[in-house]
Amino acid sequence: MEITTRSLWTLVHGMGFGALYLLACSGALALLYLRFSTDAQTQTHASPVSDRFLGIYLTAMAALAWLTVLSGTYIIYPWYRATAPAGTANLAAYPRALLLSHPATKQWHLIGMEWKEHVAWLVPIAITMAAFIAIKYARDLRNHPQLRNALYGFVITSLFAAGIAGFFGAMIDKNAPVDGGQTVRLLQGEKE
Amino acid sequence: MSTQVAVTQEHTTVVTNGSGAAAILSAGIGSFAIAIFSIAADKSAVVKDLFVFYKPTGALSGETTVAILLWLAAWTILNWRWRKRNVSLPRVNVIALVLLGLSLLLTFPPIGDLF
Repeated sequence: MEITTRSLWTLVHGMGFGALYLLACSGALALLYLRFSTDAQTQTHASPVSDRFLGIYLTAMAALAWLTVLSGTYIIYPWYRATAPAGTANLAAYPRALLLSHPATKQWHLIGMEWKEHVAWLVPIAITMAAFIAIKYARDLRNHPQLRNALYGFVITSLFAAGIAGFFGAMIDKNAPVDGGQTVRLLQGEKE
Repeated sequence: MSTQVAVTQEHTTVVTNGSGAAAILSAGIGSFAIAIFSIAADKSAVVKDLFVFYKPTGALSGETTVAILLWLAAWTILNWRWRKRNVSLPRVNVIALVLLGLSLLLTFPPIGDLF
């Protein structure tokens, strides 16, 4: 069982950092609801510990968001957009050129990648702001309903933006995978 | 236990909302900057070249780096001005969320291409 270094990085970027961020978003929304709901039953979740946990949770999400966009922009994207030498017949090592070479796939680049590469950067900005507010205001956030509304708005928007980036990332990699580099052997198979 | 919580809440001093408002508005500004820079680089070859900070990544490196710097600068300035004040948060929220929504729309190529 083998994988190339480029595939491994794509996996770390998308299935590691990116997918984990998407999963964490639903957790963040549940935490915010439990922490600030006026429902008497959920008040048992309100404590200094849960205030601190919310701050730590959103900070971890911010770290994931930054790792996702930085690894995507500076490690994987250069492999994706590498220019194929003139006359190259096999474009498998040049995903962008491969997508653009066929009418059925070129919109994955023209719309998918063009949107993904920019919209993904809204995520770390939004969630860093949310983490800052959760840490700065902590327990006092209960006294600021408008700050809580902004927190909800930005976390939901970051989920939407990360979802767009994740969807197009998966579809683009399905149509033109970023592959190549050294081969890493994960498991040694039995000799036949 | 519930009495302890009540006592703690009574003694909590309410922090001004200025720092939070600064973080919210600057996040909207930073997001909007990404959308504006992506359109500018798409429309002008000169701007596109100016944004190439790291050649393998192309103009995306400059668009995002400048937008992040702008976001942090806006955050620093707004926080410095508002940190000890209470500001009109509903207005700040509306402006920030409109900027964030516009950023989502303007980064979508068929809409960005209209300009």
